[in-house]
Amino acid sequence: MTREITTAIPQTSASQLFSETSLGRRKKFSENLAKYIFFFMALLMIAPLLLIIEYLFIKALPVLSLDFLLSNPVRGMRAGGVWAPLLGTFYLVIISLLISAPIGVLAAVYLNEYARENWITRIINLAVVNLAGVPSIVHALFGLGAFVLFAGIGRSILAASLTLAIMTLPVIIASTKEALASVPMAFREACWNVGATRWQTIRSIVLPNSISGILTGIILQVSRAAGETAPIMFTGAVFFKAIPEGDIFAYGLFDQCMALSMHLFTISTQVPNVPEALTYGTAVVLLGTVLLVNALAIVFRVYLRSRKKW
Amino acid sequence: MNSSAKKIEISDLAVSYGRKVALKGITLDVFANEILAIIGPAQSGKTTLLKVINRTIEFIPAARVTGVVKVDGEEVKKIKNVYELRRKIGMVFPLPVGLPLSIYDNVAFAPRAAGIRNRAQLDELVERCLRQAALWDEVKDRLDSLGTRLSGGQQQRLTIARALSHQPEILCLDEFSIAVDPVTTMRIEDVLRELRSQVTIILVTNLVQQARRLADRTAFFLNGELIEIGATDVIFSDNPANKITYEYVNGIFG
Repeated sequence: MTREITTAIPQTSASQLFSETSLGRRKKFSENLAKYIFFFMALLMIAPLLLIIEYLFIKALPVLSLDFLLSNPVRGMRAGGVWAPLLGTFYLVIISLLISAPIGVLAAVYLNEYARENWITRIINLAVVNLAGVPSIVHALFGLGAFVLFAGIGRSILAASLTLAIMTLPVIIASTKEALASVPMAFREACWNVGATRWQTIRSIVLPNSISGILTGIILQVSRAAGETAPIMFTGAVFFKAIPEGDIFAYGLFDQCMALSMHLFTISTQVPNVPEALTYGTAVVLLGTVLLVNALAIVFRVYLRSRKKW
Repeated sequence: MNSSAKKIEISDLAVSYGRKVALKGITLDVFANEILAIIGPAQSGKTTLLKVINRTIEFIPAARVTGVVKVDGEEVKKIKNVYELRRKIGMVFPLPVGLPLSIYDNVAFAPRAAGIRNRAQLDELVERCLRQAALWDEVKDRLDSLGTRLSGGQQQRLTIARALSHQPEILCLDEFSIAVDPVTTMRIEDVLRELRSQVTIILVTNLVQQARRLADRTAFFLNGELIEIGATDVIFSDNPANKITYEYVNGIFG
């Protein structure tokens, strides 16, 4: 059989088939050109990040030390460290995510697993999308009106955390929905066919197989909650507040607090004659916290991915 | 065969998905402990029929169902505990679905969902179901490995084991042999013959010869209509009641 075919087309020998033609060379050139253009664009992405980190580090080097992290700002914030704002940021991020993560995940489970396609589902989805598009300064004014004034909580860590929670909620809902939707429908159908309830199916199949995506979505909101200044400026963050150094329970829920993002804004625009290194040092701590959390999220995702079961 | 005991009674069943009509005016009975084969070309509503019987049709929002379907004399539409109904019916669909769990947990999933916790009882059940699905010998040493890592044919037998795990009274197989090699198909067919004493089997198949080998009665569906139902011998004879049936089973069209 094979012999018949080779004798039928004797003029196309192997060497002719694979030898270079001018068309082949042109194709290869455009192929390489495209590849290097794409590579260059990708490389361009990391350049600003590396430059920012390098620039910040060099400028901040004189102040960076463990003591910088653990001491309060002193002398009108022209000296000292970032302890009070650092701890404040931790409080705000953790409390806001403790509020938004459970609500967001449960809402997303409802929307993806239970909700039927009807007008109320459409309205909820529309609300989520629009809430995600609201600028942070508008969230700030909403938080001021709703939590600080109307609910009477006053300017406090709680009011600021609630405001940050409202801001991060729609993104957590969206990322959780996406993670849930990535679990194949066939798994759910197989469970329903053997008489499992929706909740049994969600608990034993859907959640265990989407948990990595859900957690990644939540952790990525840490950097957003830590970085935003506007929402906390009106609702709970203050210009200056001295707290006991080294005491991690220094803030109460109804206290006002300092925060890194606001502190950076203050010392770079509101206070004259702040040593340059101090400003850059604060920026490094803020950036470092965010990058650390993001790195943790990536490691965590890789770990959970390696356990993925299909 | 006790032909007086009707396991499933379907009368005047119609199903549509939006404007698309999937089934119209279906009336047929399935007797206890028989093998009923359903044959017919693609898009003739065979799978829809199975979904109506175990009410998983409800998960398709656009589906509209009219008519009466009774299982053991009870109208399925009015059954309160739908999970009980689904446990009474074992379902095997064409594409194998290994759940992302261990092989053991795949088979133990349904009994656990039904509330069985006793380890010895589960062990016994898992072994029996895997044996019935002709998979036990291949996996008995690695019950803890993932069901999703099995080959397609093995996953299909795992799916069959899972369908048997809740001890159904009715077993519905929807073209189970698509993903299975011929030798295993024959082994599963043997299992089905043995199971007939315990369960009622509805076998949807594209392989008309499989229907001929296994079924007591055969129903021929075309474009959502039941063209003919009767003893398999009659359907495959030279003169079934309907000329189209003859043409389909003899491969003249379809």
